Amino acid sequence: MEESVQFKLNGKPVKVSVDSDRMLLWVLRTNLELTGTKYGCGEGICGACTVLVDGEAMRSCQTAAKDVQGKDIVTIEGLAKNGKLHPLQKAFMENDALQCGYCTSGMILNAYALLRKNPRPSSSDIINGMDDNLCRCGAHNRIVRAVQSAAKEMRGGI
Amino acid sequence: MKNDDYLDLDFTDNPAGIEMDRREFLKLAGGGILILFTVGDTSLFAQQRPGRPSLPTDFNAFLRIGENGRVSLFTGKIEMGQGVVTSLGQMLADELDVSLDAVDMVMGDTDLCPWDMGTFGSMSTRFFGPPLRKAGAEARAVLLELGSDHLKIPAAKLATDNGYVFVKTNKQKRVSYAQLAKGKKIERKSTGSVAVKKPSEFKIMGKPVARRDSHEKVTGEAKYAGDIQVPGMVYARILRPPAHGAKLIDVDVSEAKQVKGVQVIQEGDLVAVLHKYPDVAEMALEKIKAKFDTPKSDLDEKNIFEHLLKVAPQGNVVSTEGNLQTGEQEAATVVEESYFDGYKAHAPIEPHTAVVKIEGNKATVWASTQTPFGAKDEVARELGFPAANVRVIPPFVGGGFGGKSRNLQAVEAARLAKLSGKPVQVAWTRKEEFFFDTFRPAAVVKIRSGVTDKGKMSFWDYHVYFAGERGSQLFYAVPNHSTTVYNSSWTGGAGTHPFATGPWRAPANNTNTFARESQIDIMAAKAGVDPVEFRLQHLRDEKMQRVIKAAAEKFGWKPAKGPSGRGYGVACGFDAGTTVATMAEVEVNKTTGDVKVKRVVCAQDMGLAINPEGAKIQMEGCITMGLGYALKEDIHFNGGEIHDVNFDTYEIPRFSWLPEIDTIIIDNKESDPQGGGEPAIITMGAVVANAIFDAVGARLHQLPMTQDRVKEALKKA
Repeated sequence: MEESVQFKLNGKPVKVSVDSDRMLLWVLRTNLELTGTKYGCGEGICGACTVLVDGEAMRSCQTAAKDVQGKDIVTIEGLAKNGKLHPLQKAFMENDALQCGYCTSGMILNAYALLRKNPRPSSSDIINGMDDNLCRCGAHNRIVRAVQSAAKEMRGGI
Repeated sequence: MKNDDYLDLDFTDNPAGIEMDRREFLKLAGGGILILFTVGDTSLFAQQRPGRPSLPTDFNAFLRIGENGRVSLFTGKIEMGQGVVTSLGQMLADELDVSLDAVDMVMGDTDLCPWDMGTFGSMSTRFFGPPLRKAGAEARAVLLELGSDHLKIPAAKLATDNGYVFVKTNKQKRVSYAQLAKGKKIERKSTGSVAVKKPSEFKIMGKPVARRDSHEKVTGEAKYAGDIQVPGMVYARILRPPAHGAKLIDVDVSEAKQVKGVQVIQEGDLVAVLHKYPDVAEMALEKIKAKFDTPKSDLDEKNIFEHLLKVAPQGNVVSTEGNLQTGEQEAATVVEESYFDGYKAHAPIEPHTAVVKIEGNKATVWASTQTPFGAKDEVARELGFPAANVRVIPPFVGGGFGGKSRNLQAVEAARLAKLSGKPVQVAWTRKEEFFFDTFRPAAVVKIRSGVTDKGKMSFWDYHVYFAGERGSQLFYAVPNHSTTVYNSSWTGGAGTHPFATGPWRAPANNTNTFARESQIDIMAAKAGVDPVEFRLQHLRDEKMQRVIKAAAEKFGWKPAKGPSGRGYGVACGFDAGTTVATMAEVEVNKTTGDVKVKRVVCAQDMGLAINPEGAKIQMEGCITMGLGYALKEDIHFNGGEIHDVNFDTYEIPRFSWLPEIDTIIIDNKESDPQGGGEPAIITMGAVVANAIFDAVGARLHQLPMTQDRVKEALKKA
C-alpha cells in the first residue's frame, strides 16, 4: 500500500510516497536515485547494502521503508561534507583498501558505525565488527588498517 | 576512467548500419596526435571475427595527445578491480613524460576502442605493456620532431618533461604538448623502433601509485551496470527453472499480471515480469505458478569424481621424457595418489547485470563484462542487428575472476528490451548468480611417482582429468616423466558436467598445483628431507630457486623433515609468466578439524612490476581468495539443481579468516612485466594441505579441506 514515508537522508528531509513494505535498498536506489548502496545478496548476509540508520549500521535490503519513518539515514553519498572526504573515505583511499569497489560503500558505513561505538578499536575489535561484511577481492587486511588509521585521525591523531 | 565524458563527444555520429573502415574510425577520433599500435598477433583478430571486418584490424589500441594536451589511451580492456586503469596509465605517462593525472583511460567501449578479445588471463599488463610503452615512446619522438620545428632547434638538443618539450640547455625555452597538438591531425602507426626508457630512467613505472579509481569508489559515485538508469527503463525478473535441464511444462501468470504497473513477457520458455522497481518485479514474479519437468540425476558433489573418471575421453600426453618403467625400477619408494577438486563459484559481490536500450535499429548495452566485444556480438546476434549497430559500454565491473566472460544477462536484457519496447535492466539475484555461474570444473588428478634411496625423484607419471593443462607441466628435474591431460578445456563434453563450467582465476592451475605440490611434499616426507630442501634439490629454474629462498628467509623457515609439528607448509608454481612460492603456518584443531591459517608469506618474480603496490594488492587478493577454495568453497548439487544459493552455505573468506600476509616482489626491472592477477592464488590449496600435514601428520587429498575432511584424514594419519 502506498503511503508517505518521511525521513532524513544525508542531512536533508525527504518524503517519498511508496509501498512502505518495500525495502529501503530499492527505495534508495530507484525512487531516490542514490545508487552508491549496492545489492549483493538480498538476504542481509554480505553487507554491500549497509547504510546508517540513526547511526547504526543496517542492512538496507532487510529494512522496510516503514521502519525508517522519522529516522536519520546516511548513505555513502552523504559521508563527505562540502566536498571534504570523511576520514574513513580518505583512509580507504590511502590504504588502497579496495579493489573492485563494489563492497566498499557497505564496508565504510559499517566501519563508521563501529567507530561511533568504539573509537579505539583493537584490530580484533575491527575484525569482529567487520566480519559480516564480505569482500571477494581480498582487501580485508587493508580495510582493517584503513579503519585503524581513520580511528586515529578521528580521535585527533592521538 | 572517464568514459562518461566521451559518451556525447567524438563518436556519437558513428554512422549506423555501416561497418566503419579505418579512415572513418580515425576521422571520428578527432584532432591531435594519434599513435596506433598493435598488441599480439593481428591474425588472431581475423580469426576471432570471421566475416566481420568492422573495426580496423591492423591495430587494436591507440593513444591520442589531444589539442588540450591531455593524453587518452583507448583500449578494449576493462577495469574490474585488478588495477589496470592505474598500471596502464603509469606506463604511458612515464614513456610520454606527462604526469599520471594527464592520462585519461577510455576502456572497453566498443564504439570508442578497437576490438579486444577480453580482460582475463593476467594479460593486460604483460601483453599490452610492451607495445603500449613503445607507442608512448613513439609519441614522444613525434612531439620532439614537432617541438624541433616549433622551437627551431634540432631535436637532439631537446628533451621532454611533464608535458613540455624544452631545450636541454635552457629549460625556459619550451613548448607544451597542447600547443604542439593544436590544429594538428597526425596519425602514426607505431613501428616499435623507438627505444623505450631504461629502468634507471623510470619516474612513474616501478613506483607504488595509489589506484586512480578509488575516489569514485569511496564516495559511491563509481557507476556499475546496475547503477545505470535511463529514462523509461524497467527492471526485469525472469522465471527460472529449479535445475539445469528442467523444462517448463505449465505456467500461470494471471496473478502476476494483476500487480499494478507490471508487464509480463512470455515468449517460448522466456517468462519475465517488468516493473520500474526491481523489488516489485520480484514480488510479481513470486506470484507466477509454474511447473517444470526436471530430469532425474544421481550426480552430486560426492560421486562426481567417479563419474568424471568414467566419462573421461582419451588422454593426450603433453610432455614426456625418459622411460617411466626404468624410473620405477630405480625407485626405492613409489607413491600413488589421487587428488580431487570440487566445483567452485566465482561469486563476485556484484552479480551479472546489464542494461539494454534499443533505439530504432541501434542498441546500447551497459554490462558487467570481461568481454565487451563478445557481448556486442552476442547482443547483435540476439537482436538480428549488424554488430556495428550495437555499442557496449562497460561501467566499472564489481569483480570478475573469469566469471564475467559469458554475457547471458546482456542477451536476456536485449531480448526483453526488444519484446517490451523499453530499456531493460537485468540484474541477477544472488541465487541466479550461483545458478548461472560457469563454475571452475570439478577435476581429478592421479599421480604415480617414485624416489630413490638417495632421495632423488626417479619418475613422475601425471594424469589430470577435466581441470585443464595450465600448470600441469612438471618443472622439477625428474629423469623419467610423463604428463597426460584428459580433456584440456574448462568445459567438458556433453554428459560431463551437470551445469556450465568455465575459466576461474588461473584456470586449471589451482587444481594442478594442489596435486603436484602435495605429491612433492609426500615424496619429501618419504625421503626424510625437509620439503623446501627437497624442492631446491630438484629445481633447475633459477628464478624459482630465488623466489623459494626469498620466501623462506622472510618466513624464517628452518629445515626439518615433515611432519615437524610446526604446521609449516610450502608450495610453488608458475602462472601467467610469473614465478611464485608461498609458505604458510597453520594451526589445526584436532577435535573440530578446524584449520586456522595464521601466516602466509608469498614471493613472486613477475619481471618489471609496473605498480608494485598494485601488484602486492593482487597477491594479497589471490592469497585471500585462495583460502576460500582451500578451506570451504564447494558447490553442493544434485544433477542440475544447485543447492548453494547464497553466501550462507557457500562461504567465502571473511575478515576473521585472514592470516598475517607478507608479500615479496623480486626486483627484476630488466625483464618484461608478467601476469599479476592470478599467479599467487595457485599455491593456496597445496600450501595449506602441506602445512596441515606438517602440523598433525594428516594428508588431505581433496579441496576444500573442510573440518570433516580434516577429521577423516586425522583418523588415517
